[in-house]
Amino acid sequence: MSAAPTSSRRLPAPDFAAWLGVAPFFVFAAMFLIAPTAWLLVGAFQDHEGVFTLGNIVRLGQPSIRLSYWLSLEVSAASAILGALIGLALALAALRGGLPSWLRPTLTTFSGVASNFAGVPLAFAFMATLGRLGLVTVLLRNVGIDLYAHGFNILTFWGLTITYLYFQIPLMVLVVTPAIDGLKSEWAEAAEMLGANSWQYWRLIGLPILWPSIIGAALLLFANAFGAIATAYALTGSSFNIAPILLYAQIRGDVLHDPNLGYALALGMLAITGASNLAYLALRARSDRWLR
Amino acid sequence: MKRGHPGAWLAVALGGLYFLAPLVATFEFSLRMRRGVYSFDAYRVVFASGNFQASFLYSTVVALVTIVVAALIVVPTAYFVQLRLPRLRGIVEFITLLPLVIPAIVLVFGFIRLYGSSSVLPLTATSLGADALLTFGYVGLGLPYMYRSVDSGLRAIDVRTLTEAAESQGAGAVTILFQVILPNIRSAILSGAFLTFAIVIGEFTFASLLDRPAFGPYLQLIGASRAYEPAALAVMAFALTWACLGLMQLVGGAPAAGARR
Repeated sequence: MSAAPTSSRRLPAPDFAAWLGVAPFFVFAAMFLIAPTAWLLVGAFQDHEGVFTLGNIVRLGQPSIRLSYWLSLEVSAASAILGALIGLALALAALRGGLPSWLRPTLTTFSGVASNFAGVPLAFAFMATLGRLGLVTVLLRNVGIDLYAHGFNILTFWGLTITYLYFQIPLMVLVVTPAIDGLKSEWAEAAEMLGANSWQYWRLIGLPILWPSIIGAALLLFANAFGAIATAYALTGSSFNIAPILLYAQIRGDVLHDPNLGYALALGMLAITGASNLAYLALRARSDRWLR
Repeated sequence: MKRGHPGAWLAVALGGLYFLAPLVATFEFSLRMRRGVYSFDAYRVVFASGNFQASFLYSTVVALVTIVVAALIVVPTAYFVQLRLPRLRGIVEFITLLPLVIPAIVLVFGFIRLYGSSSVLPLTATSLGADALLTFGYVGLGLPYMYRSVDSGLRAIDVRTLTEAAESQGAGAVTILFQVILPNIRSAILSGAFLTFAIVIGEFTFASLLDRPAFGPYLQLIGASRAYEPAALAVMAFALTWACLGLMQLVGGAPAAGARR
């Protein structure tokens, strides 16, 4: 009874100093993250005179734009699925494969570097590797395998996918490692005592626990590839018209001859990366329950 | 399982091949400039180029300013959220994740539209304004990493006791932040700083679309016009990334989960 007045007396005292301390952060976020994005969203729903319209969204369906979205989806999906599977295999091998213990920190450190080695220099590296005069191309030709005679080209879908894998696989390793570490050894021991072999352990225990992490990580990889432009642009110029490259050309020189359609193009990209990031966060929340 | 699963060996061997081949190939290619003999000519040409020096210097300065601005924004925010405004944690963390969700090309498009020459705040109209815009864009790119690094640094020290001790000596909030908290989370800030540097130094999208004379657009230009110099530059960029991440681990940061460009 006597406690009530005390608490109501000290309740509403806004902490001005603290609010002043966080103010720059919110001003920054409003000016350089939220407002620019919101501005584009508004423009995507306006015509030339600023009147509300859904026409820009509808016109995203025109063949050239649809094709560029489709190419982006394909490259992102291929590099995300392959990156997730290969990254998972590598992480499992290094963490659970009974290999020498120095492999684990080596893989983690290398993954930290390689997942940040993207953009223009990565494109250069793959040109020097799998380009027409690249080392691997030349070596393979010397043993009788002519990649380019078989239709391979670094400037195409598979060339770009193989290049993207260079940062996708390491990202997968980094994201999935905590999940694999979360598999408690007691579970493996219990399964073994009950007579399960290692195939049964992975099929009935390991993978059912890991799958939300794996799918979530694949979605993260997908969004990661979908927004990327520098690598593709440096590798292929504007000959490989994925959505970010089309948007780049639109910003540079209004190739669509319609600024508002450009905003809609950006909105479409944001919707796709936003949706896959949200799904990733939801799945991570689910898998976090096992990691406690 | 003790001596190593054969499948695990195979996976690591194939992975090693895929990851090492481009490094070896790029290095080998970078040595081929002089006909018939390996030489470091490509590196010599690159280092002697005025455009290389100017753009690298420009990007280094932008990166350093970015790091200072990011630290000035992030440290007080993380500190006050942890100590006095815990109910803001959710929204602050959400905002720090935004740069990972919004593709850089979309964000810079918004910059150009919002701060273009015909807008209320025409930052792109002057060279200094565009530099500032580029820097703020980079602060955004580094924000997720800087915030996570500083936040976990603050968790590792006893912020409340340090603050109370300083207050009992009569220190104000600014003094506490700069003279008590900052020195105690120096390694966390440095670790965020090295990662930010690695992300920003060769960044292409922002710099190119804001027409800045930065290292990323320079790299792209060389890639489109030269044969051997790009390989030499790729080797240098890889070494630089490695150095940044190595320094980051040295100062005791958590391993970084992927920058996105």
